[in-house]
Amino acid sequence: MTLQNRSRLFVFIFSFLTWLALTNVRDIEEVVAGLIVAALVTVVAGKFLITSEKSGHILRRIFSAIKYLVKFLWEMMKANLHVAFIVIHPYLPIKPGIVKIKTKLTKDSAITVLTNSITLTPGTLTVDLSPEKNEIYIHWIDVLSTDVGKNTKTIGGKFEKLLTEVFE
Amino acid sequence: MTREVIGMAFILVGIMFDFFGVLGLVRLPDVYNRLQAATKCVTFGSAGILLGVFIIQGFNNFGFKALLGIVFIFLTSPVAAHAIARAAHRSGIPLTKETVVDQYQEDNELKD
Repeated sequence: MTLQNRSRLFVFIFSFLTWLALTNVRDIEEVVAGLIVAALVTVVAGKFLITSEKSGHILRRIFSAIKYLVKFLWEMMKANLHVAFIVIHPYLPIKPGIVKIKTKLTKDSAITVLTNSITLTPGTLTVDLSPEKNEIYIHWIDVLSTDVGKNTKTIGGKFEKLLTEVFE
Repeated sequence: MTREVIGMAFILVGIMFDFFGVLGLVRLPDVYNRLQAATKCVTFGSAGILLGVFIIQGFNNFGFKALLGIVFIFLTSPVAAHAIARAAHRSGIPLTKETVVDQYQEDNELKD
């Protein structure tokens, strides 16, 4: 089976299971509708989920993913308290700017998760990705430095290592 | 009974963070800073409300939908924020006066 077809099969099964979880299945009609919807999703976006051969042991990857999730939720708590603090502060202590960081991740899915995490963590919001997919532009509400190397460490560094273990 | 109290506590915290997000939307100066408040607080707040619903309802049809809702919000809200911020920057909406650096602009000018 080619890589694209494997990706399509995976997307089909995954979206069908999601449909079953979302609908309270009582009749055969709902199952049929689910099959049609899952097929539509597969036709439109089926080939994007898996784009390269897997590497690394699946259990180790799941373990890394759980570690990553815990870290991410913790950072997200901090992000919310940070924004809440800024918003209720009478003088709005902000120093915004758009900075650039570098990333070593190569897979599309890994970069997507990294940029989403950056958006949901303290003070940072992903604006764009460079066409070569190795630089991320980030709007930072409280710019501490403009040095690319230093920013890479403070913004992306905390997730990048774990994400490498999960995806690559 | 305890389950309902815990669920209600989660919903209360969620509403509080949603409120901070809305406050940020009103108080912060430009579109990018507003997006920061809107994505972070509203994602977390809505997730808190949905988690509260799940705790009250338990593992039935209703609660399961709430859990899936959390996953969908976490996946889609940062992508929407990225799309809005990028579109705003490309159509030339200026950053606020307090902005200290804009490396995105610098790099784009080099390419043009």
